[in-house]
Amino acid sequence: MVRSSTDAAALVHARGLTKHFGALVAVNGIDFDVARGEAFGFLGPNGAGKTSTMRMINCVSAPSAGELSVLGLNPVTDGPRIRARLGVVPQADTLDTELRVDENLYTYARYFDMPRALARQRTRELLEFVQLTDRAHDEVEPLSGGMKRRLTIARALVNEPELLLLDEPTTGLDPQARHLVWDRLYRLKQQGVTIVLTTHYMDEAEQLCDRLVIMDKARIVAEGSPRRLIDEYSTREVLELRFAIDARPGLDGKLAGVADRVELLPDRVLLYTHDGEAAAAALHGRGVRPESTLIRRSTLEDVFLRLTGRSLIE
Amino acid sequence: MIASLITRRRIQLPAAGRAAHLVERNTVLYRRHWLLLVSGFFEPLLYLLAIGFGVGALVGQSITLNGRPVAYAVFVAPAMMATSAMNGAVYETAFNFFFKLKYSKLYDAVLATPLGVADVALGEITWALFRGSLYALGFLVAMAALGLIKSWWALLALPAAMLIGFSFAAVGTATSTFVRTWQDFDLVLIVMIPLFLFSATFYPITVYPGPLQAVVQFSPLYHGVSLVRSLTTGSISPGLLVDASYLVILAFVGLAIAGRRMQRLLLK
Ligand SMILES: Nc1ncnc2c1ncn2[C@@H]1O[C@H](COP(=O)(O)OP(=O)(O)O)[C@@H](O)[C@H]1O
Ligand SMILES: [Mg+2]
Repeated sequence: MVRSSTDAAALVHARGLTKHFGALVAVNGIDFDVARGEAFGFLGPNGAGKTSTMRMINCVSAPSAGELSVLGLNPVTDGPRIRARLGVVPQADTLDTELRVDENLYTYARYFDMPRALARQRTRELLEFVQLTDRAHDEVEPLSGGMKRRLTIARALVNEPELLLLDEPTTGLDPQARHLVWDRLYRLKQQGVTIVLTTHYMDEAEQLCDRLVIMDKARIVAEGSPRRLIDEYSTREVLELRFAIDARPGLDGKLAGVADRVELLPDRVLLYTHDGEAAAAALHGRGVRPESTLIRRSTLEDVFLRLTGRSLIE
Repeated sequence: MIASLITRRRIQLPAAGRAAHLVERNTVLYRRHWLLLVSGFFEPLLYLLAIGFGVGALVGQSITLNGRPVAYAVFVAPAMMATSAMNGAVYETAFNFFFKLKYSKLYDAVLATPLGVADVALGEITWALFRGSLYALGFLVAMAALGLIKSWWALLALPAAMLIGFSFAAVGTATSTFVRTWQDFDLVLIVMIPLFLFSATFYPITVYPGPLQAVVQFSPLYHGVSLVRSLTTGSISPGLLVDASYLVILAFVGLAIAGRRMQRLLLK
């Protein structure tokens, strides 16, 4: 296999990466590279194979086939050396519920063989960073979901990782807690930490990722920056129409030719066009009277719909 | 292709340095819950007082060990010491290990660090061994204070108890990996109670008819009791090597099964 010099410099390099669970194919021959300093995302619905991929990068799940190198090393044989330089935020919190907040960070630092004094210092700094200093001596269980997530992020940073893996960092959090997490991740990005994250929220992917791949049914279906993916797979604007339930059948034929592409969803109709206003006026001229009309910019959600024919969140 | 198959099968070997960090994690926890730790020591002590001295008063001098008559309490005390080492190891590896494996997902977090499954197994078994040894040490001191130690060989009873702790910790860990729900622990208790009662703890194995004696020989606690009792009473014989070997083999079988099972459960 030919490998270009830029690929060799990649922090994560995968070719034909595959994971089987018995007969089930969770990851089916995917290719990607993560460059140092970038924020790279896997965007895809539940069951796409995101977590399985992250676990292989984390060296806690052996690839069934294909090539994978992490930090230039082989995950199967160099697991401990690779993991020493990774930070991991797993999909489900795995905090040590028997220990207090500060003890969680201290013991985790010790797993990385950090000297005790340094472990204590890192604990203080990181509690400050994730704004949990006042909860340092509390038990973990009563913390809110957002606080637990922040503590998990602090824990992942304890060894000053070169590569931070975040599996659905904000799933299940309320909007305020999400923004707090995003803010911290954004700061890390500014500091030059390489981030690999998975998400099924298109806004999260747009906010945080420099580059992403869209995953569906164990495969990568598209790759690029959020902007480029939208330019490539969608139109500039989207006209969203909602109709009273009984008005839908009367639409037959009336939408043809108004937009580049039409998607009929159960709850709304999407018309992809470079000019939403013009499309709306044209429909009005044809006597189409929706209950509500919205003109918006295209998002990654539209890209996903285009590529897979389904919504990201069912 | 062959090379990739071999590397895929490779299990990360344990490293004492890495395993030690998991032991340290447990000391952080028990610094605040030391009462929980100490409580496990009292159960065998209560048995010693109730049965060793209470029942002993009824039995009198009638127990013969290697042709010599000994006080019943002298006979029972080493068995309780062996039991305390077993209890410490089993409490830790059965209940606590299971909780950490299946509920708190502690090991999922730990395995994302440089530690591997073998480090986790070694660390937890070492900790359980510490706990068992702590009970055994306390018990040995209590026996000395009560005048139940009859030989300087008793100094070796502590390493013997550590071996018992190691064996039961390894077997307990291996067993826990097969447990699905808390209800399954009822089965563990169904094994533990007869083990405690019938491993020549309260009377010599010669009480049983021949075939039953052969069955009791399979009990690891029987060999543990035999080891400790020989040492505290000073009746040394080559049979001790058999007892010790049995426990060592069991420990390594347990360790191997535990490692393999954890590999399957945690590193899918
Ligand atoms: N340990 C496992 N055993 C069996 N099947 C699994 C296991 N982990 C994941 N899967 C399956 O693999 C597929 C991909 O899952 P996952 O990687 O978790 O996707 P995602 O993170 O994108 O939701 C799913 O069909 C899931 O049920
Ligand atoms: Mg997932």
